[in-house]
Amino acid sequence: MKLFSFRGGIHPYDGKAMSKDLPIAEAKAGKELVYPLQQHIGAMAKPVVSKGDRVLVGQKIAEAQGFVSASIYATVSGNVRIIEPRRTVSGSMVDSIVIVNDEQYEEVEYPKRKPWEELNAEEILEYIREAGIVGMGGAAFPTHVKLSPKDPQAIQYVIANCSECEPYLTSDYRRLMEEPERIVLGLKIVLKLFPNATGLFGVEDNKMDAAVKLRALTQDDPRFKVCICKSKYPQGAERQLIKALTGRELNSTKLPADVGCIVLNVDTLYSITRAVCEGRPLLHRIVTVTGDAIEKPQNFAVRIGTSYEELVEQAGGFAKEPVRIVSGGPMMGNALPDLKVPVMKASSALLCMTRDETEQYSPTACIRCGRCLDACPEHLMPTNLAELALRWDREGFLKLNGMECIECGSCSYVCPAGRRLAHAIKAVRRTIIEERRR
Amino acid sequence: MSEVMLNVSASPHVRAKVRTCHIMQMVIVALLPAAGYGIFHFGYRAALHILLTVAAAVIAEYLFEYFMHRPITTGDCSAVVTGLLLALNLPVAAPLWIGPLGSVFAIIVVKQLFGGLGQNFMNPALGARCFLLLSFAGHMTNFTYDTYSAATPLATLKETGEVLDLQAMITGNVAGTIGETSVIAILIGAVFLILMGVIDFRIPGSYLLSFAAFICVFGGRGFDVTYLSAQLAGGGLMLGAWFMATDYVTAPITKGGQYIYGVLLGILTGLFRLFGPSAEGVSYAIILGNLFVPLIEKITVPRPFGWEGKRK
Repeated sequence: MKLFSFRGGIHPYDGKAMSKDLPIAEAKAGKELVYPLQQHIGAMAKPVVSKGDRVLVGQKIAEAQGFVSASIYATVSGNVRIIEPRRTVSGSMVDSIVIVNDEQYEEVEYPKRKPWEELNAEEILEYIREAGIVGMGGAAFPTHVKLSPKDPQAIQYVIANCSECEPYLTSDYRRLMEEPERIVLGLKIVLKLFPNATGLFGVEDNKMDAAVKLRALTQDDPRFKVCICKSKYPQGAERQLIKALTGRELNSTKLPADVGCIVLNVDTLYSITRAVCEGRPLLHRIVTVTGDAIEKPQNFAVRIGTSYEELVEQAGGFAKEPVRIVSGGPMMGNALPDLKVPVMKASSALLCMTRDETEQYSPTACIRCGRCLDACPEHLMPTNLAELALRWDREGFLKLNGMECIECGSCSYVCPAGRRLAHAIKAVRRTIIEERRR
Repeated sequence: MSEVMLNVSASPHVRAKVRTCHIMQMVIVALLPAAGYGIFHFGYRAALHILLTVAAAVIAEYLFEYFMHRPITTGDCSAVVTGLLLALNLPVAAPLWIGPLGSVFAIIVVKQLFGGLGQNFMNPALGARCFLLLSFAGHMTNFTYDTYSAATPLATLKETGEVLDLQAMITGNVAGTIGETSVIAILIGAVFLILMGVIDFRIPGSYLLSFAAFICVFGGRGFDVTYLSAQLAGGGLMLGAWFMATDYVTAPITKGGQYIYGVLLGILTGLFRLFGPSAEGVSYAIILGNLFVPLIEKITVPRPFGWEGKRK
C-alpha cells in the first residue's frame, strides 16, 4: 500500500502509548474558571456580562468583534467574579472573564435545529460562527472564516486532519475512536457548503484502527476517501497534509482555499456537528494530560476555562518532579512556568516531563552537517536562516525565504549541536509579520 | 512544584539523541579499520605516528582555547578526527615529529584562527598535509617501508603506465601513506558511516563517477578496466572521497551543491593526476574544492516548498 507523505520531516519518540488506550473521561471543572477574551486569531471578543452577573452553562459571555473573531461561552454556571488580565499559555496577559463555579451546571436551553440536510449554506455558517468554533488543532483560526472562501465552487477537497503528528497527543485519536460518527457527520455538513468537493480523511498509519472506523462509516458514500499517511512529523501541518493527500503545494503567500482545499481538525468537525445539529456552542475540548511526570495519564473532556492545575490533580498528581511543563505537544507547544493557566479552545494537551532537553543540550558550534536541511518540510536552509536571524539581517533572511518557515521545530529537533534554530527563525519571522501588519 | 516557577523556552521541547560528539565518534570508529590495517601493514611505527599526531591535535586545541579564554571544546572529539585523518595521510618513514607539527598547524592555523569548529573553510587535516608536503617534500614522499624503498603503485602507473598488482592495491599490501593503501578497510568504514546516516553517496558518488569519466576521456586508454581500477584504488582517492570530501564543515550544505562539489573534485583530481607533476592529486583537489564551497552554496539554494505558485 502506498502511503501518502511529503519530503522532509522527522520521527521523534511519539510517547502515545501512555495515553492512547485510555477512554475520554469527564474532567471536573474546579472552583474558578478563566475565559481569556482572545482564544483565537483575530479581534478580541467583547464581554457581554459584567461583574456579579450569574451565568449558565452555554450562555454567551463574550461577543465576537467583527468577522474574524469568535464568541466565548460559559462552560459552568456561577457568578462573574471579575474581568481582569490573566496569564495565558503563551505567557501574555490577556483580559479574561473569571467565573466562580457554583457546581450546579445549570444549562441554558439550546435552540432547536432543523435536520441538517434541510439547512442552507448561510444557516450552517451562521450556526458555526455563533458557536464560537475555531480551529482546534492549535492555530485557533475562526472556522466560519475558513469556511467562507471567495468561491465555494472552487473548493475541491475538504480535508479532515486526523494525523495528530505531534508526539504524546492522543486527544484527536480518542475522539476518532469514540465518536467517529459525529466527525463524519461534521464533514458531511461542511461538504454541503462546497458542492464540488470531496471529503478526505488524512490519518497517519499509526492510527489504523481509527482509519478502519472511518472507512466503515464512509464506504457507501463516494464523496469520501480515507487516506493513510506515513506517520511522520509534521504530517498534520496544513501545507504538508495538502501536499501529501492532493499533491498540491502552497507557500506562505497563499491560503489552502487558493489551491482548492480546506483543512479542518478532528475536534473542530466534532464541534461543528454539535453546533449545527444540536445548537450547542463550543464548550468542551479533549486534553491529553501525559508525560513521565504524571501519575496517571488521561484523556480528559475538559470544560474550556478549567485550570491546568485541576487537570493534573485529577490525573493523580505528579509521580515525579516535573522539570518542563508544556501546553500542547512537545514540538510546537508552549512551555509553562506553572499550572495556573486555563485550558483554551485550542489547547490539546498538557505534557509534564522530568527532563528539560532544551537546557540539557546547550548549543555548540554548527558543524554544517545539513540535518536541518533534510528535516525542513519547507525545504529551507534553517542553519543559514538562524545565523542571519541572530545577526538580525532582515534582508538576507527574506532572501533565503525565511518567511516560509512554518515553525514546526524539526530543525531544532535534529540539530546535533543543540542549536535553537527554530527559536531564532521564529523571533525574526514574527517581528517581520508584526511590522507588516502595522 | 507548587510555588516554583519552571524554566520556559521556545519550542521544540524535545531533541534527537545524536550529538556532535557522537558523529565525531562514529567517524573515528569508521577510520579504525584503515588505521588498524595501516598498523598491521607498516608496523608499530605507524601506531606511534597515529598516537602522536592525535595527541598533538587534542593538546593543541586544548591549549589554544585555554590561553584564548575560549570554552574548551576538546570533548566534541573533532580534534581527534583531524589528528587521525592527518596521521593516516603520513608515510610511515616520515620522522615522528612531522605528524605533531602538522596537527598544530591544522588545529591552530586552519581551524582555530578562523573561529574554531564549523568556521574553517578548509579541511584542517588536508590543509596540514599540504603544508607538510610543501615544506618537507622529501619526508612526505618517502614511501620506504620495511627497509626497502618502494614507489607507490600510482607513481609506477604514472611513470611506466604499468598496473603492477591490482589485487594488492585493493587489499592494501602496497606502498603509500599509513591509512590510504587498503581500499577494503576504507570501504568498511564508509559503509558503516552510510549505515549510521553520517554520510551519504552524494559527494563520494559524484566524485568517483566524475573522476572515472575524466580518466576514461583524458587518460588516453579509453575504457580500460584495469587502468581505471588502478586509478580508483590507488593513492589517496578512496580515503579522500569517503572521509575528507564528506567533511561536513568544508563541503556544501545543499544537496544540489554536494553533487556539483563532487563533480568538481572529480575533475580537479583527474586534472592533477593526469597533467600535474605528481601522481597524486586528491589532497590538492579537495582543498581547492573547499574554496568553491561558498560560491556553490550560493547558486544551489533549494527551492522552497510550494514556490511555483508564489503570489504577489
